[in-house]
Amino acid sequence: MTTNTTNSAAARELNDELMVELRGVNKWYGQFHVLKDVNLEVRKGERIVICGPSGSGKSTTIRCINRLEEHQKGDIIVGGTTLNNDLKNIETIRREVGMVFQHFNLFPHLTVLENCCLAPIWVRKIPRKEAEAMAMKYLERVKIQDQALKFPGQLSGGQQQRVAIARSLCMNPQVMLFDEPTSALDPEMIKEVLDVMIELAQEGMTMICVTHEMGFAKTVADRVIFMDKGQIIEENDPHNFFNHPQSERTQLFLSQILQH
Amino acid sequence: MQSDAKKSPSAPSTKTRFWHDPAKRALVFQILLVLGVFAVLWFIVQNTLHNLESRGITTGFAFLSQEAGFGIIQSLVEYSESSSYGQTFLVGLLNTILVSALGIFFATVLGFIIGVARLSNNWLVAKLASAYVEIFRNIPLLLQIFFWYFAVLRALPSPRQSFQPFDNVFLNVRGLFMPQPMPQQGFELVWWALLIAIAGSVVLARWSKKRQDATGQLFPVYKTALALIIGLPLIVFWLSGSPLTWDEPALRGFNFRGGMTIIPELAALLVALSIYTAAFIAEIVRSGIQAVSKGQTEAASALGLSKAKVLRLVVIPQSVRVIIPPLTSQYLNLIKNSSLATAIGYPDLVSVFAGTTLNQTGQAIEVIFMTMLVYLTLSLLVSAFMNWFNTRMALVER
Amino acid sequence: MSNLSKVRHDMLPNLPPPASSVGVIGWMRANLFSNITNSVLTLFALYLLYILLTPTISWVFINSDWTGSSRDACTSGGACWVFVANRFDQFMYGFYPEAEIWRINLTFLLLVAQVLWLMLPNLPYKGMVAAVVLLVFPILAYFLLYGGSFGLEVVETHKWGGLSLTLVLAIVGIVAALPFGVLLALGRRSEMPIVKSFCVVYIEFWRGIPLITVLFMASVMLPLFVPEEMNFDKLLRAMIGIVMFQSAYMAEVVRGGLQAIPKGQYEAAQALGLNYWKMMVFVVLPQALKLMIPGIVNTFIALFKDTSLVLIIGLFDLLAIVQAGLTDPKWLGFSVEGYAFVAFVFWVFCFGMSKYSQHLENRFHTGHGSR
Ligand SMILES: Nc1ncnc2c1ncn2[C@@H]1O[C@H](COP(=O)(O)OP(=O)(O)OP(=O)(O)O)[C@@H](O)[C@H]1O
Ligand SMILES: [Mg+2]
Repeated sequence: MTTNTTNSAAARELNDELMVELRGVNKWYGQFHVLKDVNLEVRKGERIVICGPSGSGKSTTIRCINRLEEHQKGDIIVGGTTLNNDLKNIETIRREVGMVFQHFNLFPHLTVLENCCLAPIWVRKIPRKEAEAMAMKYLERVKIQDQALKFPGQLSGGQQQRVAIARSLCMNPQVMLFDEPTSALDPEMIKEVLDVMIELAQEGMTMICVTHEMGFAKTVADRVIFMDKGQIIEENDPHNFFNHPQSERTQLFLSQILQH
Repeated sequence: MQSDAKKSPSAPSTKTRFWHDPAKRALVFQILLVLGVFAVLWFIVQNTLHNLESRGITTGFAFLSQEAGFGIIQSLVEYSESSSYGQTFLVGLLNTILVSALGIFFATVLGFIIGVARLSNNWLVAKLASAYVEIFRNIPLLLQIFFWYFAVLRALPSPRQSFQPFDNVFLNVRGLFMPQPMPQQGFELVWWALLIAIAGSVVLARWSKKRQDATGQLFPVYKTALALIIGLPLIVFWLSGSPLTWDEPALRGFNFRGGMTIIPELAALLVALSIYTAAFIAEIVRSGIQAVSKGQTEAASALGLSKAKVLRLVVIPQSVRVIIPPLTSQYLNLIKNSSLATAIGYPDLVSVFAGTTLNQTGQAIEVIFMTMLVYLTLSLLVSAFMNWFNTRMALVER
Repeated sequence: MSNLSKVRHDMLPNLPPPASSVGVIGWMRANLFSNITNSVLTLFALYLLYILLTPTISWVFINSDWTGSSRDACTSGGACWVFVANRFDQFMYGFYPEAEIWRINLTFLLLVAQVLWLMLPNLPYKGMVAAVVLLVFPILAYFLLYGGSFGLEVVETHKWGGLSLTLVLAIVGIVAALPFGVLLALGRRSEMPIVKSFCVVYIEFWRGIPLITVLFMASVMLPLFVPEEMNFDKLLRAMIGIVMFQSAYMAEVVRGGLQAIPKGQYEAAQALGLNYWKMMVFVVLPQALKLMIPGIVNTFIALFKDTSLVLIIGLFDLLAIVQAGLTDPKWLGFSVEGYAFVAFVFWVFCFGMSKYSQHLENRFHTGHGSR
């Protein structure tokens, strides 16, 4: 486990600048209390992994960060801007926050290249040529440049997910959110997506990943966060999180997940 | 099929037996079908010839050039009692096309509005739109036509007591009377201005796309084009000294003369057709939009696209493909349903041709044949156009 | 222990949501007044409802007259339901002799019993009942309604009318069109070019022309097509036209059902050595028919509404008989009441059936993963 520590925050010089901050966030679905007093600070360049049992509110937490879900209490601050009901404000924040979904959500009516160029052209107002060149650059980085003119339906799941990552990167986001990006994939495809994510982490991207890939958490995470029943139960650096879990719930969860 | 086999001539039993060869089986079956169809046709033709003869009706299309001898309350071309049945046919056809085209236009506009309203996040608006759909699509169209015609329009006051919603607009039991614009000398310039504005908008759209590709800057094409298309003709109209007079309707005796008239038959048919078909179109639009999964809108908004752009760039292109095929069949239904005109006496094709002309001439075969041919051709044309449109959309997208 | 470590041993309690987001107020805020546009829309919709509903409710219920025997009973200024009440029997049964009306009632009672049997889940012998409905019941219904044997007096079809005629036309149209529809659909999917093109032409022809021209054709051309001594009565001619027309629509419904059966089913049946007809009858059609029920109900709704067109060739269905009643000099001026009544009857039938078909569709779609 010694290699891991070189990656963890203790060894890495982290910027003090806060990228994402959740302060006492509470959310209800009707009467159901999904998020209970969630506090989280993510610094620039930090890599966070969130794990926890199904239905614990992991997706809800990160979807609140780019306002796909609305929270009812507490503050969410992204890159210095506090989220509120103002549409312009929300659009500004979404521009700076990339998101990768479990089910890829590529636009089936556009080619891979067009998928990547859409937002740069219409949101960032970049000339098409430049947008395409940039898209090609990112597609190359996720090693899928030869598929640029195909439609999403013609690609495998792993390829689609890599396109989805490239699509987000084309907006030059400051933070990337991943919501179980590999859980809809076959084992051999999981690796190709994880490799891309690891590379991204090494380049210094701020990342918040909901994932159950513990190998990924051990290699790249600065911090692992365990959620249960809508609250953050435990957070720690990966080494201590996996080797010396403090809470009983965490121990139970880890023992279940590591059996597989 | 087994019984057919016994009827067929027994085959040489060398290799596979005749009846066990699927290809031969199919051949025999098809020959029998053709023979059967011909037998039925033969029976029909024989009987028809015999019946026509005994009734003293001559077949052929010569009647089309005979004088019709009846008037028609609305015609888009020159028509009088001394016109021929051929002209009757034409008048009916044009009236059918008129009400269908107008109906398609209004039903589409109304249907899209209500379909989108059904998805509104305003509960009350969504429920009102659902109520509209559930009420109007579950009541027979003929009944709705009767309601608008007999219960509403026929109950309007006589010309002398007309409603007057605006100056010079009169609504009474004879119809809706409005001033008719009469272009004077110099009005052509306005048409030219409109043409130029439209051409200009096309050029503008191309230019703005090029500029966006090159520099990334967006240009408000729709707004500018709209301003151009409305503004330019208006300016030209004003500069050329307003070359337009209005022919105003005026009460002469028992009715209005002059101006434009929308006869109540047309109004009732049009209102009923549009309202009825809009209910179906609304359903199509709703399900077409819902067919685009929530993940798509989420992904698009997560990229920072505004609500309007999410709709325009992601949702609409995908839902159009789902919407067009059923929309086409609604258009076809509307065209066919316009034939209910007969019931209230709007002079459409079925009413003046398959109705009056058939009764006067007795040429049932020819008249019904021509009428059916018209509907089949219209159906074919509309399907062909929508297919073309759909493949074009599909090609652009995939 | 690194400085990153944070643990929470206590579990936070479930708290009730802030008052502004739940309850009536929260619901209204989320669904009616979420922003300015929405608030304006809500107020506008409320206003619209107000101006539409208040006069309607007062006309239909509050200021209306229900009992009496002539128009003089209508004094309240609202709807005069006396008109409908007085002619109710005629609207239901047409000119069917009063002493024989029990025959219509019995027929429809039998039908309703059988259909309920088929619709209610968990009742046994559904296949048998369906066979009875499709094969035995039509014959029985013919003898009951038309008469002529078993000591029943003949009631000529020109005396039939009203809602019962509407139902007879629609039900005959659907039941008789079903077998033709199945054959046409199989033909359209067949690999024999002549059979296929014949079916395609037949289907597209009937789907391309309006029902009115079909009815015209049935009433003026059909008599020309057959030997002079065969003369059909008007109702039968209309029925023939409707069935030929409806078969084409039915064929498309059946085709849709057939297409929904996965290819594996055909292959499995063939692998078991079943020939074409056995495969269709024992494997494919039973599955497809179940999937087709919503489609069949939908075409039934369409036909049910369309039967009102027979008015144009002089049959007295529900709409026609009300329309005729409106021209009665004793009851002039009650067209809105008449139409409202017909609309209500049609609406109840069509809405009920469409809800049923939606319910079936939803039931078929569950279990396919609802993402
Ligand atoms: N739109 C919604 N309406 C009501 N309840 C919801 C909604 N979305 C999620 N929930 C509930 O909120 C809880 C948290 O959901 P969330 O998707 O955040 O869980 P998760 O931790 O991501 O689980 P998983 O690992 O299964 O993705 C779950 O119990 C879920 O049932
Ligand atoms: Mg989740």
